[in-house]
Amino acid sequence: MQASFHDKPRGHLVLNDVVKIYDSDGGDILAVDRCSLDIPAGEICMIVGPSGCGKTTLLNAVAGFHSITWGTISLDGRELCSSQQPQATPGPDRVVVFQNGALFPWKTIMDNLTFGPLVQNTLTKAVAAERARELLAQAGLNGCEDLYPAQISSGMRRRAEIARALMNDPSVLLLDEPYRALDALTRSVMHEALLQMHALNPVTILFITHDIEEAVFLGHRVIVMSARPCRPKLVVDVDIPFPRDKRVLTTSRYRHLVRQSLDAVHEEAAISFSAGEREGE
Amino acid sequence: MSASVDESGAANVGPARRYSAENLRRALRTRPALMLVGFAGTLAAWYISVELLKLPRFRELPGLTAVVREWISTDPVYGVSLFTPEYYKHIAASIVRVAIAFTLSTGLGVPLGLLLGWSKRLREYIFPVFETLRPIPALAWVPLAILMFRGTETPVIFLTFLASFYATTLNTMLGVQSIDPTYIRAAQCLGAGDRQIFFHVILPGSLKYIFSGLQLSIGVAWFSLVAAEMISGEYGLGYLINAGYTMTAYPTIIIGMVTLGVVGYATSALVGWIGKRLMAWRSDEMSDAN
Repeated sequence: MQASFHDKPRGHLVLNDVVKIYDSDGGDILAVDRCSLDIPAGEICMIVGPSGCGKTTLLNAVAGFHSITWGTISLDGRELCSSQQPQATPGPDRVVVFQNGALFPWKTIMDNLTFGPLVQNTLTKAVAAERARELLAQAGLNGCEDLYPAQISSGMRRRAEIARALMNDPSVLLLDEPYRALDALTRSVMHEALLQMHALNPVTILFITHDIEEAVFLGHRVIVMSARPCRPKLVVDVDIPFPRDKRVLTTSRYRHLVRQSLDAVHEEAAISFSAGEREGE
Repeated sequence: MSASVDESGAANVGPARRYSAENLRRALRTRPALMLVGFAGTLAAWYISVELLKLPRFRELPGLTAVVREWISTDPVYGVSLFTPEYYKHIAASIVRVAIAFTLSTGLGVPLGLLLGWSKRLREYIFPVFETLRPIPALAWVPLAILMFRGTETPVIFLTFLASFYATTLNTMLGVQSIDPTYIRAAQCLGAGDRQIFFHVILPGSLKYIFSGLQLSIGVAWFSLVAAEMISGEYGLGYLINAGYTMTAYPTIIIGMVTLGVVGYATSALVGWIGKRLMAWRSDEMSDAN
């Protein structure tokens, strides 16, 4: 449905030899080391790695919140940042869904959703409201239009935030451990909701998590990152067909892929543990 | 496994909410009662120490019955009671001064505070000066106020304005600094420019601090108003109290003081009420435990 808007699919995200070095008191820290990723349009790409490995640094570089030291990041052939222009400009083609949620608490759900198109002046108020109602219906949030974020549950807020991101017709959605704070049952509901919304709005998704089961369940591909410095260690192609639902969780193929990724992550977690790494990027 | 986790979770949420609602209802039921006890206790202490026991330090003070008799008398001994137009002239004069000073301090303090919070550079220029001037009490400004402004009204308004301006500016600035930077990033992602971020994120995000600043500011406005009125002015509650002292109209002093308390409390409550109305989105934050 969305794809008819554009002649060819958008959201081809390429990271080429990205290096990030932090200045710190104790000398320079190599956070990301020659990281290359090629994420085709419409793919759900899951990034898994031990805590503090630099996954979030990578996502922030794509979003334009952090600079990179070396390499290039480009979207559909357009260079977002490079060593000459180290920091990308944040924009509605790459919307971030934040770890702790960032719906504006002082705006109703409807005003949160229409905020993007209205400040960008891309849709009229009436059209934006219509599109918002459509996305809210997809997210199972009918009737929440006039409520404030504090009046709905945290699971509903996460879905509303994804709907708010999709309002901008982005090329890439950047999800930074969005379900981390949710309980197990809510999280599994969120996973199915995300896959449903992706089926209707097939944008590229770069999803950071350290939950391997979540990664295998949601992703076309799971990329296991090494302990700091961060670089791809193992790429797992998840050949389980879409649409997926919770029955996938009991298949032997799913269990096998989880175990394969788990082994790789554990190895890295052990390395980062013995190196005394701590969380906090 | 996960189902049992959720069941216990759901079981926890239900009663917790019910308890908090019940507590709230109980508090509402008992609050006026407690308030009356507080007032009655204070009045009783006054009555006992001044009129009943005639304690050494309290002997010269007007007693409760004397004050009440004077206050509700149609023909007051010292000329000021609920039934004299004089009384309301004093109240009106003070309210007008506070209203002007408060409007000025809000009109200047909120924008300045927003800018100070928003621009690090501006903050570096202005904030040290601000922090040096802030501890100087309104009373210390009296000579300069009289030298700068003509007449009796303007110096009083200037002195009233001063302290409340500091409170408003400072709290607004803190409000801007308290905003979670994630909201600003989110707005950038959604395509908002600086101007839009200012009006859609910075301003509403600091509203809570702005209003606690305004409540503080109207309090200190009354505070410095009375100090100013005691020095210059022909009307006003501060003048009334001071005149009561010089003319040994002691019950009038108490009438002025209590009136000041009531009017000050009312204005502060009004500001708080407006703030609550403007921040309807905060009213349900109590239930945001999860």
